[in-house]
Amino acid sequence: MLLFWPLVIPFGTAVLTLLAWRSVEAQRAISLAGAVALLGVAVAILLRVAGSGPFAQQAGGWPAPFGISMVADWLSAIMVFLVGLTAVAIILFGMGETEAAEEDQGRHALTHALLAGLCGAFLTGDIFNLYVWFEVMLIASFGLLVVSGRREAFDGAVKYVGLNLIGTVAFISGVGLLYGATGALNMADLHGRLASRGGEAPILAAAAFLIFAFGSKAALFPVFFWLPASYHTPSATTSALFAALLTKVGVYSLLRVFTLVFPIDGTPIQTVLLWGALLSMVVGALGALAMTGMRRVLGFSIISSVGLMVLGLGIATPLALVGAVFYLLQDVVVKANLFLGAGAVRRLTGSEHFGRAGGLWRRWPWLSLLFLLPALSLAGMPPLSGFWAKLLLVQATLASGHYLLTFAVLATGLLTLFAMARLWSELFWAAPPEDAPARPAGLPAAMLVPLVALTALVVIIGLNPGPFIDTAIVIGEGLLDPAAYVAAVLEPAP
Amino acid sequence: MEVMLAVLAGLLVAGGAYLMMSGRTLPYLFGLTMISNAANVLIFGSGRLTFGKPPLVPDGAKTVEGVANALPQALILTAIVIGFGLLVFALTLAWRSYEIFGTTEMDAMRAAEPEDGV
Repeated sequence: MLLFWPLVIPFGTAVLTLLAWRSVEAQRAISLAGAVALLGVAVAILLRVAGSGPFAQQAGGWPAPFGISMVADWLSAIMVFLVGLTAVAIILFGMGETEAAEEDQGRHALTHALLAGLCGAFLTGDIFNLYVWFEVMLIASFGLLVVSGRREAFDGAVKYVGLNLIGTVAFISGVGLLYGATGALNMADLHGRLASRGGEAPILAAAAFLIFAFGSKAALFPVFFWLPASYHTPSATTSALFAALLTKVGVYSLLRVFTLVFPIDGTPIQTVLLWGALLSMVVGALGALAMTGMRRVLGFSIISSVGLMVLGLGIATPLALVGAVFYLLQDVVVKANLFLGAGAVRRLTGSEHFGRAGGLWRRWPWLSLLFLLPALSLAGMPPLSGFWAKLLLVQATLASGHYLLTFAVLATGLLTLFAMARLWSELFWAAPPEDAPARPAGLPAAMLVPLVALTALVVIIGLNPGPFIDTAIVIGEGLLDPAAYVAAVLEPAP
Repeated sequence: MEVMLAVLAGLLVAGGAYLMMSGRTLPYLFGLTMISNAANVLIFGSGRLTFGKPPLVPDGAKTVEGVANALPQALILTAIVIGFGLLVFALTLAWRSYEIFGTTEMDAMRAAEPEDGV
């Protein structure tokens, strides 16, 4: 039952918050309790994986491959843990908000529905079930985007909904073709059936559909346009949740499906992934330089980060996969930190646009540090977490002889540093505008605690990367040789 | 039969893509509906097509030969239900955005990404 709790808890919490519709205070308390419970279950799953390796549980007791399997290996378990961590952080941060315009419209219920979708996507061992969890996430994220009822939120939502629905259709088409060609939907079962069939035309056609679908979820070039159009429009907590985890699901699915299901070495899949990654990195880094709002800059930086992770998958050497996985894990923390930081800036100055906010560094030097550290980590400055991720990827590109990609990774780092420096000088360094409104004295504790905790995590991973890289190595080995995963699913537990 | 379905799926995608490229919300959604139906037809075809053979396992046998696989049909059913829910949401969104912006042209909606970049 353990693997079903990460679904039961968020769905149950969503229902309870709806029952507490009349009281925002009660909704907040239930919501936070649900997130803490989710984090607790995630820790339990993580401990079990650490103790005895990957394990699977079958829905309804139907044996694999006929039933729907839920599987936890290191990657899934850590992703679920990060979902719990992010959920606690954003819900705590949201408690510091003064206006409850979204919360009395059902934001907490939608947030937990999204969390359930995320956990389901990370834990499922069945590719059609993955599609279903994608839909759960999608419909919850639609609701979260428009729940504020603001004008720009509706504009962002039109683009987000329109482009994501195409990805959905591609996903189901790919799954259909794959089933037609193999007669299997269980990913561990597909692994065995596709082992020697990687280059066949129907398999490649299915792979093409799935790359499109996961790519558009991950905001990979050229299907990223929905992200910069929408990620800056919802509330800070919602955009932090989206930035930390929603694109990561796309990256996770690419990592899972194109290691476990499809053999990609030497196929056109690899070429497509590498070009998509390269162009995402460049476009994301350049786009970040053109934007003049804090979350809009950060939105483009998500695209270049996604490019870096997919790059590791595309190179597909053990070292590159370790780099991709490490990047994925630390980026959840960094992105949550940065987007919550944007919410803090908005709270303190009333705006997040260049020219309308400023002077943060002089008035709140310690608070500014809570943005500066993750921003430098994003740019890849030592000794922060992002530095080690980029170092691994640079080593991987050098070792595999992809020198153009080495150059691209380094250039992206430089451009991102430039974009972050620009953010810093415009919002923190520059003098505040003359007509700036009266400011609050500081941040409430509910907002401060998650920011401090996330920044501390970025610094801890940066100063002591050893255990985290060791975990990434274990995950990378599990992705390259999924024998333990397959055995956990297909062989009934003793 | 497969050829017929393949041509049908192709026509649906062509028509759908044409509508989606109009750049307006409502034709975009109609086009998307056509394309998702093309996807359903595609999956339907992947489960083998047979005439007049119900997939019933005869008494005493364990498997049944030469009938269509029923699983893709179950997949389509799931996809139709999910697709319907998403479509209803998207139609409501299209209506609300028309109320807010006074237009169905998606390129004319610039509240989130204003032209001057602010």
